[in-house]
Amino acid sequence: MSSVKIMVCMGPGGIASGGAEVISAFESELRQANVSADIHKGCSLHKVGCFGLCSKDVLVDLIIDGAKTTYQSVKPEMVRRIVSEHIIGNLPVAEWTADENYHNFYKKQVKVVLSDCGRIDYENIDSYISEGGYKAAEKVFAGMTPEAVTAEIKNSGLRGRGGAGFPTGVKWEACRKTAAGQKYIICNADEGDPGAFMDRAVIEGNPHAVIEGMLIGSYAIGASRGYVYIRAEYPLAVERLKYAIKDAHERGFLGSNIFGSKLKFDIQLKLGAGAFVCGEETALIASIEGQRGMPRPKPPYPVFQGLWGKPTVINNVETLANIPYIIKKGSAWYSSYGTEKSKGTKVFALTGKVKNTGLIEVPMGITLREIIYDIGGGIEGGKALKAVQTGGPSGGCIPANMVDINVDYESLARVGSIVGSGGMIVLDEDNCMVNMAQYFLQFTQSESCGKCVPCRIGTKRLLEILSRITKGKGRDGDIELLEKLSRDIKSASLCGLGQTAPNPVLSTIKYFRNEYEAHLKGKCPAAVCKELLTYYILEEFCKGCGACLRACPSKAITGEKKKLHKIDPAVCVKCGACFDVCKFKAVKKE
Amino acid sequence: MVKLNIDGRMIEVAEGTTILNASRMLNIEIPTLCNHPKLTPFGGCRLCLVEVKGVPRPLTSCTTPVSEGMEVTTSTPALEDLRKTVLELILSDHPNDCMICEKAGDCTLQELAYFYGISPYNPPLLKGDKGGFLGERRIYEKRDGNPFIERNMEKCILCGRCVKVCDEIQGVGAIDFAYRGFKSKICPPFERDLDCEFCGQCVAVCPTGALTGKMWQLRGRQKDIKEVDTTCAYCGTGCNITLHVRKNEVVRVTAKEDKWNEGWLCVKGRFGYTFINSPDRLKKPLIRIAPKHIADFGFRISDLNSEVRNQQSAIFKEVSWDEALDYISAKLKEIKEKHGPDSIAGLSSARCTTEENYLFQKFMRAAVGTNNVDHCARL
Ligand SMILES: Cc1cc2nc3c(=O)[nH]c(=O)nc-3n(C[C@H](O)[C@H](O)[C@H](O)COP(=O)(O)O)c2cc1C
Ligand code: SF4
Ligand code: SF4
Ligand code: SF4
Ligand code: FES
Repeated sequence: MSSVKIMVCMGPGGIASGGAEVISAFESELRQANVSADIHKGCSLHKVGCFGLCSKDVLVDLIIDGAKTTYQSVKPEMVRRIVSEHIIGNLPVAEWTADENYHNFYKKQVKVVLSDCGRIDYENIDSYISEGGYKAAEKVFAGMTPEAVTAEIKNSGLRGRGGAGFPTGVKWEACRKTAAGQKYIICNADEGDPGAFMDRAVIEGNPHAVIEGMLIGSYAIGASRGYVYIRAEYPLAVERLKYAIKDAHERGFLGSNIFGSKLKFDIQLKLGAGAFVCGEETALIASIEGQRGMPRPKPPYPVFQGLWGKPTVINNVETLANIPYIIKKGSAWYSSYGTEKSKGTKVFALTGKVKNTGLIEVPMGITLREIIYDIGGGIEGGKALKAVQTGGPSGGCIPANMVDINVDYESLARVGSIVGSGGMIVLDEDNCMVNMAQYFLQFTQSESCGKCVPCRIGTKRLLEILSRITKGKGRDGDIELLEKLSRDIKSASLCGLGQTAPNPVLSTIKYFRNEYEAHLKGKCPAAVCKELLTYYILEEFCKGCGACLRACPSKAITGEKKKLHKIDPAVCVKCGACFDVCKFKAVKKE
Repeated sequence: MVKLNIDGRMIEVAEGTTILNASRMLNIEIPTLCNHPKLTPFGGCRLCLVEVKGVPRPLTSCTTPVSEGMEVTTSTPALEDLRKTVLELILSDHPNDCMICEKAGDCTLQELAYFYGISPYNPPLLKGDKGGFLGERRIYEKRDGNPFIERNMEKCILCGRCVKVCDEIQGVGAIDFAYRGFKSKICPPFERDLDCEFCGQCVAVCPTGALTGKMWQLRGRQKDIKEVDTTCAYCGTGCNITLHVRKNEVVRVTAKEDKWNEGWLCVKGRFGYTFINSPDRLKKPLIRIAPKHIADFGFRISDLNSEVRNQQSAIFKEVSWDEALDYISAKLKEIKEKHGPDSIAGLSSARCTTEENYLFQKFMRAAVGTNNVDHCARL
């Protein structure tokens, strides 16, 4: 009698690619194929969290008697063959199984916080428990003092994954030592960085790890209440977390007399309305208190005066989800990964022009080259790497010639970027750096809370200067003005948003000043900025097929059949339709 | 107590004092816009930045409490440069029409721009350039049909003082920040017309011409004003007020922060002064001479046109205070004798002081001889 486990990715990428349909296909195919009773007994279908390689979703793991086969890019119509040939016939459908590239994607990764993600059924607390879940909390409640717990976390070298990289153990210790009748622990699940989705993946794929991390934290600092501040745009994460909290309550991991102690701990969800700035800890506290989410100056720090004026620890989802694994396997094990000052692993959302995009977890200190070429599979379409933007709108870019840099807090800071929450966008020769800086500024400007002048008005002016540059209307001295204003905004702004908003501008100027200068002269070297482009047709390639003429929405193209076609620049709206449609690469943009 | 060093001078202040307040004790000037001594610190304008030894970035002195051994520098070329940038940015989103602004001459922003030598059209940052920061400006749809508060919100610098005073002092919360980014603004819920108590505390704390009094418009610049300190006569609270008088006419009322009412007023004290020069105002006592039914017109005398009103003399006679009081006393005596003291009752007013109310009940009990005395505030 064989046991069959079917694990379907229902992470953010899995769902977007049709994971739910794949699951129903499995359900109906299994029913229809009338999988014989003995197999059926041991055949279970599981919804699991993010596998990592989202670009190959829907990913399905088929585990027959312990042997795992992974299928990639599964569509509902492929399920019938998988069921009949593999589950029933015991012969894998070779052409759909994961290729070498898939396996290479994981080779250099080290999964700690994501170790159970994609392996356990997020809807089933027993699935988490069977993988050792809640053992760490039990260990803590049964035999560790709060001092010992904070010491263990300190020794592990874990630093906050929410962006700033503050040592978690130090934060906990400060809060533990602050005397107060009531303390709070808050899980920051606001995740507002564009392109970041690691916190979402962790909550959706392994919600109990976050709960267990909070539970251990509550014990260490002496908090009886916890909040998860989670953005309302994550309805699935909210639902799965709610469900997990209910289950944890039923099993006695939350509530009163936890693990037979006199301690109690409860978690409440607070939904954020989707303001990026509400991820900033003091704004987040204001928001929970029912105020407008605007940061306040620190000191006092939340560990001394936080929610409702009480000592409060705020940690990021990924930070907290690491805790159970550190307690279970020990600080020495955790700190064996990483560099001297940046310990452990970090999850990155790898996107942009690499072959493999998705969530990756790598040991700190891995080189950028390894991430892009070994894990990411290199640049798509054989183009040249130009730069990597890390840390989202608060971060900076790292030019291609620095690709051997180690990815850790210190090394990235040294070159003017940050680890941040783990956004990693790979840019190739077709990306315009000025345009990219403008994109991020657009985001930070519209997300500024409006409280302080340098951020509210300063980023607006930065954006205006950038947009006149990308429109070919830049003035002499604009680059210097950008630099000066950026520095002033960084030093005069109140919170991390304003203090980091100019980073994309400063780092692109630092490494790609020539691109800015080219724009001032009216050229966009990457041919991205529309206003600076002209489209024309190369005589030697044009076959006169007329495809461009038909595609042009503004009738800017003229030409007789089989004769050279021409674009009238005065009529052209620069939509690029001709460029996309020409099979002979005769349309050029410059 | 905490000892610290500010600009090379030692000072000892109470724990919890802000760097800004400690500096002011030493008469060290730090520019501020959003700070207000009576409101909780905000930290939004970023003008009050100072350097603290050992801290890598400048701190806002209005929000940072002192600590033992702190070494503060309040002015360096770098700090002054940051302050200039901040002011340039504010002015880049400001109408800069001081010449027709109600607040000119009494405006903190104008004064700071003056002392820092900043013109919005040619920021010093960009010598020779044609206004590097000039860009989009906020435009507001004007929505203030109310009779008291004039809101020119494009002059608003979002210092948050009005929001705080409305919440922290008045306890009303009629306005707050709305939107994000450059579009942030202060407004009532759903951007509706202002509909509140109209106490005008927000007007009192606004450092710019964004909030002014409707009745103040074009009534004269501060330099032409004679200030007369007095006490508000509207109620027993007895707020200290300052009448702004131009050409023997009250054109504005404010209150001083060092008086016991700390600069706060209510709508009556702040905006209810037009009665002073009203032609309908009674200045002398009147005694009715016509029989009662003639006065039963069914409408108020003040509703009559002036011609008819002059016929007042047919109904009332103007008398001196002595005559009026004698008349009252005679009438009271007459009623008391005829019907007994309990046929008389007295109703006093919240507009009187405690002392006056005390005297009134004393008068009713001792002179008239009845306990029939009450007070409107009990209703
Ligand atoms: C503008 C801004 C947005 C932020 N957004 C987030 C966020 O979405 N999630 C998060 O965990 N931390 C965010 N942070 C960082 C938090 O303020 C805080 O440092 C963090 O939650 C602390 O947790 P950690 O020590 O575990 O990293 C943000 C900070 C700033 C300035
Ligand atoms: S830096 Fe920006 S987001 Fe932060 S407080 Fe100032 S205005 Fe608000
Ligand atoms: S608010 Fe002040 S700076 Fe602005 S226009 Fe009026 S007087 Fe000038
Ligand atoms: S209206 Fe006046 S007090 Fe209110 S935020 Fe604007 S400038 Fe400040
Ligand atoms: S006075 Fe301190 S920030 Fe405005």
